[in-house]
Amino acid sequence: MKEINSARIEFLSRSANEGFARAAAAVFASQLDPTLDELSDIKTAVSEAVTNCVVHAYPDELGKILVRVRIFEESVLEITVRDWGRGIEDVQKAREPMFTTGGEERSGMGFTIMESFMDKLRVRSLPGRGTTVVMRRTILQREKK
Amino acid sequence: MTLTATGNKDLLRLRLDGELDHHAASGTVRSIEEALRIYVPRALTLDLSGLAFMDSSGIAVILKAQRRACELGASMTIENVPERPRRVLEAAGIDRIVNLI
Ligand SMILES: Nc1ncnc2c1ncn2[C@@H]1O[C@H](COP(=O)(O)OP(=O)(O)O)[C@@H](O)[C@H]1O
Ligand SMILES: [Mg+2]
Repeated sequence: MKEINSARIEFLSRSANEGFARAAAAVFASQLDPTLDELSDIKTAVSEAVTNCVVHAYPDELGKILVRVRIFEESVLEITVRDWGRGIEDVQKAREPMFTTGGEERSGMGFTIMESFMDKLRVRSLPGRGTTVVMRRTILQREKK
Repeated sequence: MTLTATGNKDLLRLRLDGELDHHAASGTVRSIEEALRIYVPRALTLDLSGLAFMDSSGIAVILKAQRRACELGASMTIENVPERPRRVLEAAGIDRIVNLI
């Protein structure tokens, strides 16, 4: 697949940056002329992935979060959210609905929502080294909408 | 996120305006708990018409509000859920365990 455009932002794992990250990703995605529904899905998925870095990757410290957005041919939007935090022992288990290590502050539905709002979700993680979440969504062309 | 309380001991209405994400979640839970403590209502309604954004952190807030209301013997209803927050609730299957109207 041919890359058409890309951008990256890096920020500290402060919760105030959750809103910044989803808004920035949505502004970048706007060049694909998405519908408001598509934009809202993208914002929600980015919010889930970035919140996971803030809450789970760096529970007791501030760390670095990288969000990379890319556009490929045929209006494919790819969003990568990466941290260098504590990582996930069992990714398959973590992706199950309602699985959470966060107690009653969390719902355990983050990965489920990323999966249902995006076309593809890939999660790679190494305990102690960090986590990378890659999500893809094809933005439908106007004629087809 | 702003929370506006109206009502009385029979029915407490809490209107949520803004973006309900993890950043806003703990403050929102505190405000809901405080309102429940002050009013001790028989029924609680969360009016979500002003929610511009919600993700799964909002689900945890709603479930917590429901637990707190239940502890006080109050029933909880959710009203006026905008289209996009509704899709988040549906994707998580929460629309089946809370009382949505
Ligand atoms: N970036 C991350 N770093 C470390 N652990 C993570 C990360 N993302 C997710 N997890 C783990 O996966 C679990 C499930 O995540 P999620 O579905 O978003 O639910 P929640 O955030 O509500 O716990 C988390 O409770 C956590 O244990
Ligand atoms: Mg999460």
